[in-house]
Amino acid sequence: MKRLIAWAAAAALICAMPLCISGYYVNLLTEVAIYAVLAMTIDLLAGYAGRTPLGHGALFGIGAYFAGYTVAVRQGGVLEAVLLGIGAAMAVSLLFALLAIRTSGVSFLLLTLAQGMIVWGVCVRWTSVTGAENGIRGIARPAPVADPIRFYYLAVLVASLAAWALWRFVNSPFGLTLRGIRESETRMRTLGYNVPLHLTIGFVVSGTFAGLAGTLYAFFNTFVSPTNVALATSVKGLLMAIIGGVGTLFGSFVGAAVVILLENFVSVFTDRWPTVLGMIFVATMLFAREGILGKARLLWARSPRLTHKGDQE
Amino acid sequence: MTASALTFQLLNGATFAALLFVVASGFTLVFGLMRIVNLAHGALYLLGGYLGFTAILATGNFPAALIAAFGATAVLGFLTDYFLLRFVKGNTLSQVLLTLGLALALGDLGLVIWGGDPLTVPVPDLLRGPLRLGALAYPRYRLFVLLVGTLLFVALWLLLNRTRLGALIRAGVDDGEMVDALGIDITRVFRWTFMLGASLAGLGGTLGGAFLTLYPGADGEILVFSLAVVIIGGLGSLTGAAVGSLLVGYLATFGQVLFPELAYFVIFGPMAVLLAFRPMGLFGRAQ
Repeated sequence: MKRLIAWAAAAALICAMPLCISGYYVNLLTEVAIYAVLAMTIDLLAGYAGRTPLGHGALFGIGAYFAGYTVAVRQGGVLEAVLLGIGAAMAVSLLFALLAIRTSGVSFLLLTLAQGMIVWGVCVRWTSVTGAENGIRGIARPAPVADPIRFYYLAVLVASLAAWALWRFVNSPFGLTLRGIRESETRMRTLGYNVPLHLTIGFVVSGTFAGLAGTLYAFFNTFVSPTNVALATSVKGLLMAIIGGVGTLFGSFVGAAVVILLENFVSVFTDRWPTVLGMIFVATMLFAREGILGKARLLWARSPRLTHKGDQE
Repeated sequence: MTASALTFQLLNGATFAALLFVVASGFTLVFGLMRIVNLAHGALYLLGGYLGFTAILATGNFPAALIAAFGATAVLGFLTDYFLLRFVKGNTLSQVLLTLGLALALGDLGLVIWGGDPLTVPVPDLLRGPLRLGALAYPRYRLFVLLVGTLLFVALWLLLNRTRLGALIRAGVDDGEMVDALGIDITRVFRWTFMLGASLAGLGGTLGGAFLTLYPGADGEILVFSLAVVIIGGLGSLTGAAVGSLLVGYLATFGQVLFPELAYFVIFGPMAVLLAFRPMGLFGRAQ
């Protein structure tokens, strides 16, 4: 019951948000919702399958490029754009998965990094289709959600549905199998599980949702450029997942909020956002490997009051 | 393609491969011993190139610039190892992500100091202009890079196989704890190796900066090429780095000539196929 009230309060707060803040912040929150979906897809692999990907920015970008190209260049319908964006990300992630799932740890990270860079290279060089550095401009938002506040509600709705779907996914028997593989691949194989198949499906589900986030982003930003596909996007998504706490799924929302708000806050004072992003990464690795939420929980557990209570027991 | 054009492209492939080897050998050396994938390697390449550029403007002496870039990136490598990597020892993923963060910060630092315009490292008169080889005229500088790459391969091979440090490095690759137990300060061997790896990136930056130009983003590109080299050759193998450099060098050169828009596919397609059959690369060892 208590939990239900907390959820309802959170939902009410999220819905009431646009009424009390300016349009600029509404756009920021929309961005948070979109990136949170990307961070969750990374967390799905990093936290539940034990394989940290560094190429999800590319899958996000593929969704964005396909949707943008369909709407802005081919003058196609919105539904067509969304389906193409998600479908393309799904197809590419299947291809990536087939190559990458045999590796783990650092090899997996490097391989997905290289895969992401190929996609980036294609976006930069294939001028006739992607417009190279100029990107694709003029991606019109569909009329019912053209207004920023309405788009915010759409993004929140999509992000909530994605969160719910991914939550169900990681807590299904299939998700438990993935966690088993994370703990010990050999054990799961001995128990008769088809490890490569499980990992491939996990990767494709993750990539498909990354494509969904990218599609949404294309309509949010109305402009797609190679920056959206670049390593920086993968890095940003991974940082959000790590800050939120790997393996917590919903922590991604916290991570996304921290990174996006910080990015905008820092940009007011300086152009050195990449330096700041890099420093946060280094600091997180040195001091808070379990993420901000995890670290906060640890510090809380270590606080004097609780230790004292522990002594008495 | 005529015979002389073909020879020209063959030489282009070989010289590009030589540059890739200079950069990727440092990368693979560090991984082989310390199991650290240094994603800041590309940033060290770019900073080394920029530092070499500044050094040559200040002194007008090309060898001095090479030494300055080599030394300065060695110092950067030392600082990275001593102040950062030491604290995440043993956690491979943290190490990789830490170097990734460092790469972002260093790349941005380069943009602050040297700006966003492409810079070309000036070469001395001795290496300028073409060298006539029968009917063919080929840039002298690129032949010089080929020479440096070849010499470096020989030097590194001798270092690893014929010296005490090399023996320690090889022993450290096989079983670091055992080397430590034998009374050898393995941490110091690690540190020297890391510095050597970083300085090779810096050397590569100055060498490459004279014919590939230096610009923000060059760090990422060279990193991806190095990754392709070591993924194909096998992480941690010197021979693998040499063979991988040649393969990637030729694929990149001919890919750009034959299919300019799809050059990236030409490099990474074969890499993907190879990985499907040999996930550890050509010369890599199963972990």
